[in-house]
Amino acid sequence: MILAIDTSLGTSVAVVGGDIVTESATLDTRSHAEHIGEFIDRVITDSGLTPADVTTVVVGIGPGPFTGLRVGIAAGVAFAFGQGIPVLGISSHDAVAVGVDACTVVTDVRRRELAWTSYRNGVVVAGPGLTTEATLASDVDLTEFPEVRAGTISAAMLAAAAQQRIDRGDDLSSVAPLYLRAPDATPSNGPKRVSG
Amino acid sequence: MNEPLVLGIESSCDETGVGIVRGTTLLANVIASSMDQHAVFGGVVPEIAARAHLEALRGTLSAAVTEANIRIDDLDAIAVAAGPGLAGALMVGVGAAKALAVSLGKPLYGVNHLVGHVGADVLREDGGEIELPTVALLVSGGHTSLLLVRDLVTDVVLLGETIDDAAGEAFDKVARLLKLPYPGGPHIDRVAIDGDPNAIRFPRGLTLPKDLVNHRYDFSFSGLKTAVARYVETADAVSIPDVAASFRESVADVLTRKAVDACREHGVTRLLLGGGVAANARIRALAAERCAENGIELRVPPLALCTDNGAMIAALGAHLVARGVAPSSLDFPVDSTLPVDTVRV
Repeated sequence: MILAIDTSLGTSVAVVGGDIVTESATLDTRSHAEHIGEFIDRVITDSGLTPADVTTVVVGIGPGPFTGLRVGIAAGVAFAFGQGIPVLGISSHDAVAVGVDACTVVTDVRRRELAWTSYRNGVVVAGPGLTTEATLASDVDLTEFPEVRAGTISAAMLAAAAQQRIDRGDDLSSVAPLYLRAPDATPSNGPKRVSG
Repeated sequence: MNEPLVLGIESSCDETGVGIVRGTTLLANVIASSMDQHAVFGGVVPEIAARAHLEALRGTLSAAVTEANIRIDDLDAIAVAAGPGLAGALMVGVGAAKALAVSLGKPLYGVNHLVGHVGADVLREDGGEIELPTVALLVSGGHTSLLLVRDLVTDVVLLGETIDDAAGEAFDKVARLLKLPYPGGPHIDRVAIDGDPNAIRFPRGLTLPKDLVNHRYDFSFSGLKTAVARYVETADAVSIPDVAASFRESVADVLTRKAVDACREHGVTRLLLGGGVAANARIRALAAERCAENGIELRVPPLALCTDNGAMIAALGAHLVARGVAPSSLDFPVDSTLPVDTVRV
């Protein structure tokens, strides 16, 4: 039984396994820390399961706005720690590319920037990278890999993507976020003068 | 439940802390700090701190459980700092704590970080109960607060706080002026040993009678920092030890004077120091001297419990459990400006 969590856009949590697909999600992109606990609790309870039934946790590691993204990854790590089970990380874009022959997944990462990843049959062929609305078409081959603009990431689809990658034998052990941007800080040039 | 087993998570600033207590007994206190990563910037960069929390999360959780030598199924509750602090940093701890609570099927307490600093005092080695009422002076890179605590759950009052820079921030900024490394406190302490604390009369913020009307127990260190900068820029010959000692004396003087005044005005005979700046040698010495003069018992927890840590969060959580306080609902938000009279969110 997989517990899947994605907070790269809104908050989406799902339990997937056997006949069960239970998902809880919100489009709200600014309330990840509020929703995450209830959503995990709800999908497990509504599936008639207990936390001990979960055997693997999968988290979406972005790309996405950092503050919210970290909430889901932290939750996934902590849930897995509590149960002594593995936590796996996959790109949140993988969830959108499931079952599509060729596509470029594009999501909004704020500050007027877009994140993109191009896929063929669920396998990354280019990206992930950052671009803008103005430069997307020149940065990315949208002819061979048509754009799929995603406003949400489904945790159930994330679980499906993870299952495919597990079956392929991919190493998913890193849950480090796909930040794609360095922290916004510059070293100080020394104190400013205060006397005339 | 008199001796609840509680795991506490702290991530309000640049320390990732996981602590485990049984009642008032400390079982584990594991801290990962991103301080070194902030040194080049001269202060805590929120995004760097938040990234470091996530990287440190699994390791600190695991190390704490190993150190405490407990089975996590035996925990009675999870506690987490819900604020005040850096929102993006707090969210890492809160997200983790919520999921851990659901995973283990345990109640969750979102607690006040500043009250946690007071709660650290219950982890005293003699195992005694916390003695109240007390005035608490909490001084760090992010906070400078004076609290009156009559009851840890129901009666915590903010007497005053900084209206601009935190005291620790002032130490960092003055250290930069003197070309000393970050964090400034220990380095200013080190060079001040050879200096004359009375060499330069730097201002004592918010101590004039006109200021005391509205800011009896508030602090201000911004003007002091500027006064030091002006002195360093304009003095013919600058003795770094004298500047460091005189600056430190001004901070220690104002902090301890207001704290002791608060004890006297409220008839309280205990003063608790907390926060990283409680490590400062001169602040400790002057607090001890003035408390002794006024018949006030001074309490300073060990440094590992003064700086931000998960054990103090666990201790406050254990206190709430023991008192029969209901847990938080799972949907609480982080609150970067959580007021001290909200002990549990």
